[in-house]
Amino acid sequence: MSLSTDDIIFWEYGFVKLNATIVLTWGIMFVMAVGARLITRHLSSGIHISRWQNMLEAIVSGILQQIKEIGVQKPEKYISFIGTLFLFIAFAALCTIIPGYEPPTGSLSTTAALALSVFVAVPLFGIGEKGLGGYLKSYLEPTFIMLPFNIISEITRTLALAIRLFGNMMSGAMILSILLVISPFIFPVLMILLGLLVGMVQAYIFGILATVFVAAATQAGGH
Amino acid sequence: MLIDWFTVIAQLINFLILVWLLKRFLYQPILRAMDERQKHITEQLEQADAQKARAEAEESHFQQMSSELAEQRETLIQKARAEAEAERRRLMEAAREDHRQLRLRLRQTLESERANLNQDIIRRFQGEAFGLARKVLADLADSTLEEQMAAVFVRRLEGLPDVERKRLAAALQESNHSLLVRSSFPLSPEQQKNIETAVKRVLAPGGQVAFKTLSGPAEGGQAGGIELTTDGYKLAWSATDYLDTLEKRVAAILEEEMDKAY
Repeated sequence: MSLSTDDIIFWEYGFVKLNATIVLTWGIMFVMAVGARLITRHLSSGIHISRWQNMLEAIVSGILQQIKEIGVQKPEKYISFIGTLFLFIAFAALCTIIPGYEPPTGSLSTTAALALSVFVAVPLFGIGEKGLGGYLKSYLEPTFIMLPFNIISEITRTLALAIRLFGNMMSGAMILSILLVISPFIFPVLMILLGLLVGMVQAYIFGILATVFVAAATQAGGH
Repeated sequence: MLIDWFTVIAQLINFLILVWLLKRFLYQPILRAMDERQKHITEQLEQADAQKARAEAEESHFQQMSSELAEQRETLIQKARAEAEAERRRLMEAAREDHRQLRLRLRQTLESERANLNQDIIRRFQGEAFGLARKVLADLADSTLEEQMAAVFVRRLEGLPDVERKRLAAALQESNHSLLVRSSFPLSPEQQKNIETAVKRVLAPGGQVAFKTLSGPAEGGQAGGIELTTDGYKLAWSATDYLDTLEKRVAAILEEEMDKAY
């Protein structure tokens, strides 16, 4: 039994390899992009809209609302990044209802990649908002003595994000695997439901944390 | 090994591609549609507000117009009423005036008729009275009315008070002793002589007396009588005094009758 989808390798050539994580991610990407494209191809700005458009509008405006509530000044600017984080993780978790599916977010590589992207994106957003000098100055606040601690905090929170997501996703999948071995078929269904819930909560937490970091980096005070 | 770095890099790239795809196909179109709808709704609300404001303005305008019309109508009705009232009063006044004029004319006609009647009656009375007197005198005293008149005149001349006599004499002196005696009937030569004698005896022995007979009241003469005139003096006896009294009584009776009739 494999712990991670990274270990399922379809094709390998030296350093380059094609494992289940990447393939599943492509699948998810494909479904999401094509689905969005199909729905948004015939958008209506009138009063009568399709159910799918209504669903997408509810999701987008909900995300926008959440970002705004946390205190980000221009939510439209960051919705692409934060919204995609949330939607990708949520969709990956949602797909666990498909038999034989393993969420790619259960791979530490994926969560590390997502955490890294937050790690890179947050300073970039901060610089974009306040300029390079303004952003770097925020590391010296409240005093220059705090500089090493600020840097450590920046790195650790990225690590924490990655580990948190990985732990939750992987544990869900792992518990399911173990229970499948030792118990009858009814019990794992309940665990799948629990896994769904946990996946959604993780997607929410990941998105919220990323938003908080973005808000902290882009706010005028820099705190 | 839990972390495979190639997978990490691949997933990073995958994630970035996904971000771009979703931005392209999901967020931008949806946000644009929502913004457009928002704009559309705002525009419609603004239009509705504008229309409402316009409708309210028109409503108030029409209300004002309607109240103005009502006011005008009220004014016109009142004016018409006032005019009708004035016209009624004018017509009433005209009718009253006509009535008054008619009454006046009627009264004038009646007055003139009464005067005519009066004169007629007096004339007849006069005739009757003289006729009667003449007859009575002829029957009782074997004398005519004219004789009696002349006799009365002579007696009166002779019975003149001294003051009157002196004044008459003075007047006679002024007019070169010429006197005129006028009578409503022709005087007989005897009567003329009697009068002349009396004049000469009472006033002036050398006085010249002329006689003249008047044809009737139209000539300003006496109804029945004799008068003596000289320059600025006049002495007369006439039945007119009696007849005047009679006339007054007749007039009073007629008046009474007329008042009874109206």
